[in-house]
Amino acid sequence: MRTGQGRLMLVALAAGLAGCAPTGGQGGGALVGGDAAGRVYVAPGQLDEFYAFMSGGFSGNLGIYGLPSGRLLQQVPVFSQYPEKGYGYSEETKALLNTSFGFVPWDDSHHPQLSTTNGEHDGRWLFINGNNTPRIARIDLTKFETEEIIELPNSAGGHASPYLTEGTEYVVSATRFSVPTPQADVPIADSKFGGLISFVKVDPQTGHMDLAFQIHMPGYNYDLSRAGKGPSHGWSFFSTYNSEEGKTMLERSASQRDKDFIAAINWKQAEQCVADGKAKTWPARYAHNVRGEDGVARSEIKTSAKVLAPADCPGIAYFLPTPKSPHGADVDPTGEFIVGGGKLATVIPVHSFSKMQKAIADKAIEAEIDGIPVLKYEATIAGEVQDPGLGPLHTEFDGKGFAYTSVFLSSEIVKWSLADFKVVDRVPTYYSIGHLLIPGGDTRKPDGKYVIALNKITKDRYLPTGPELTQSAQLYDITGDKMRLLADFPTAGEPHYAQAILASKIKDRQLRTFALEANKHPQGIKSEKEARVERQGNKVRIYMTAIRSHFMPDNIEGVQVGDSVFFHITNLEQDWDVPHGFAMMGARNGELLIMPGQTLTLTWVPDRPGVFPFYCTDFCSALHQEMQGYIRVSPRGSATKISFNTGS
Amino acid sequence: MQMVTRNRVLLGVAAVGLLATLVVPLWSIGLVAPQYPEGLGMKIWAHQITGDLRSINGLNHYIGMKEIHPEAIPELRLMPMVVMALAALGVLAAVWGRRAGLGIWVGLLLVSALVGLVDFYLWGYDYGHDLDPTAAIKVPGMSYQPPLIGTKKLLNFTAVSLPDIGGWVAFGVLGLAIFLLVNEFRRGRRSPVGSAAAAS
Repeated sequence: MRTGQGRLMLVALAAGLAGCAPTGGQGGGALVGGDAAGRVYVAPGQLDEFYAFMSGGFSGNLGIYGLPSGRLLQQVPVFSQYPEKGYGYSEETKALLNTSFGFVPWDDSHHPQLSTTNGEHDGRWLFINGNNTPRIARIDLTKFETEEIIELPNSAGGHASPYLTEGTEYVVSATRFSVPTPQADVPIADSKFGGLISFVKVDPQTGHMDLAFQIHMPGYNYDLSRAGKGPSHGWSFFSTYNSEEGKTMLERSASQRDKDFIAAINWKQAEQCVADGKAKTWPARYAHNVRGEDGVARSEIKTSAKVLAPADCPGIAYFLPTPKSPHGADVDPTGEFIVGGGKLATVIPVHSFSKMQKAIADKAIEAEIDGIPVLKYEATIAGEVQDPGLGPLHTEFDGKGFAYTSVFLSSEIVKWSLADFKVVDRVPTYYSIGHLLIPGGDTRKPDGKYVIALNKITKDRYLPTGPELTQSAQLYDITGDKMRLLADFPTAGEPHYAQAILASKIKDRQLRTFALEANKHPQGIKSEKEARVERQGNKVRIYMTAIRSHFMPDNIEGVQVGDSVFFHITNLEQDWDVPHGFAMMGARNGELLIMPGQTLTLTWVPDRPGVFPFYCTDFCSALHQEMQGYIRVSPRGSATKISFNTGS
Repeated sequence: MQMVTRNRVLLGVAAVGLLATLVVPLWSIGLVAPQYPEGLGMKIWAHQITGDLRSINGLNHYIGMKEIHPEAIPELRLMPMVVMALAALGVLAAVWGRRAGLGIWVGLLLVSALVGLVDFYLWGYDYGHDLDPTAAIKVPGMSYQPPLIGTKKLLNFTAVSLPDIGGWVAFGVLGLAIFLLVNEFRRGRRSPVGSAAAAS
């Protein structure tokens, strides 16, 4: 197979292709013809047909887009502080970003996953991974707010994450970087590392996550995953690379073998072994952060994890040899085919779940690694897609018998038939496609209307913006025999992966306001009559209300230099789309954006005497500009008593 | 003079039907503005006011309008009693069966409806005109009285005031009662001797 040098040549070749742009580049526009504009035009006042949820990559956010227009609707902060919404700055949201390392207010979000019921998107929650400090977040799709984040112990880089089982029984995460398991101060080169796959139980009512168990796998890199569905429900599949267990110069050392593996995990059986007490309890340290019913996030550090070794529970893990450094491990809508995307492979291998079952029964085993049988390639393979382009990565399905594979180096989407594994169509992407998405394309019921390319490089596709260019998505029509490019649209941050869902499954369940009567915030108040200022030692608590177009109280005296001043602000509005902002001059942490009926807290430590203004930052009304107030700050030890008023 | 049985039954139905106005809203006021494409609404019942009162009160403070507090409106305590009394009197009139009873009942209905509408107008007038002089928005010559019935532009809002189900029921009952009265009078003119026996 190709050596590392050969790969470099491929990259050079790909760069060359991009440079000359034989089929695309400037000429790409020519491919867009006919009624393409009409197909993506969503007239003013009309709504898009799909929501698309795009990972914000190293922004740590989640981008919400409408399809087919490609309009950016919202950015949901997940792993990173986000000043616009006060996320990670307000006292209510800070704890969401806690980890065993302390406050880690950033991460690298990769793979959004919509919750499923019976293998179909149900529009309840969205899970997304933090790849850096391995975490999984849950976003409530009635609010589009991050509600919960769990850190994963014994792992380092949650890349094969957060993949859901068919009924959202588990959200699953496998480590990208294998590390000493458990962590230890050991020499890098000579030590055996381990890779853990975490099974996090999801409460079917609340969505709350709980680390149920981890499976201790060999020290490979675990890349992507999909759960089985239908007949293969109960199994999860993980692509692995670096089965060479290289520790240095992985671009070469991890690319030596012809085949790496897709790991097939029987999680139902693993569940049983854990119930039978076959797992060991390891000490661990990981944070679990949940936003409570009162809107306040709280953090808990948990200290143990149940770890199951495949040798102690035979039959829970098998390796399917798969060429070569596979990225995708994608399961088709019927649950029968598991498609590998070997990023250095010359074919797309398609494993068969039923053949795999037979191979297990027939003991078609070629080796065993750490108690994990390696099945024979010929015994599990249903077919290979020939001539798929250079660098196949990730496959989704249209529900009409076709698969669509993104191909990175040759920068194209390849459409092939699940009946005979023959390529039927291919279109260029601009440029270097990573993942792709079809709405519901990983579920039992895809909405096979569009495929979207998620590209790493844009070069000449947009007006340039200095050295850093936008990332982008491209929308293709797949309703006919031939794929057809309809539109390009830029994305904020790198859209590693994205999912899309029919808007009708989400839009009618949106929360418009938080009910003020149901506000359980410990410092929330329900009327202006309760507004007040209280001093407790050097803490000053301001119980403030905001309603068009004033704060109550808006003149406050008696605060001293060095006090910790807590602005507990309740937005008394009960109208949709009337948030109020809150900004304090010189605040060193952030500002607030408070939804109707919500209470949020900003902490301010004044450092100099004087009179300082605060004001509303979200244009709320005709008299928004009048929505302001003053705080008088006196020197430490001053005799000025706490006092406050509004409008008198 | 005795009413025919059919009309007595219909009178009873009308009287009992009036009770429906206790469980459905009587009047509806809708407000639409560029910022409120979905609209704000307020429903007036015999005993309560429901809808987006909080929002409407919040907006009204800009023009200095008094807040609408249903518990401070005595009519909302009085109206259910009036309705029940009218219904009871209607049933009594049906049992009694005399044309005079029907006549008195129609008269009471008319007076109640008129008093109710005038009272509603006066409340509207008061809310629309008795404005806080320190309000933020003061438009010379502008008042904010909602229309009694129909549509009116109030600054950026278009207000639409219409009877709701209960209002239509009340008008229906009134219409039926007047029809019965007219019918009885016509019948009386055609057979001055009375036709109770013939009709029964």
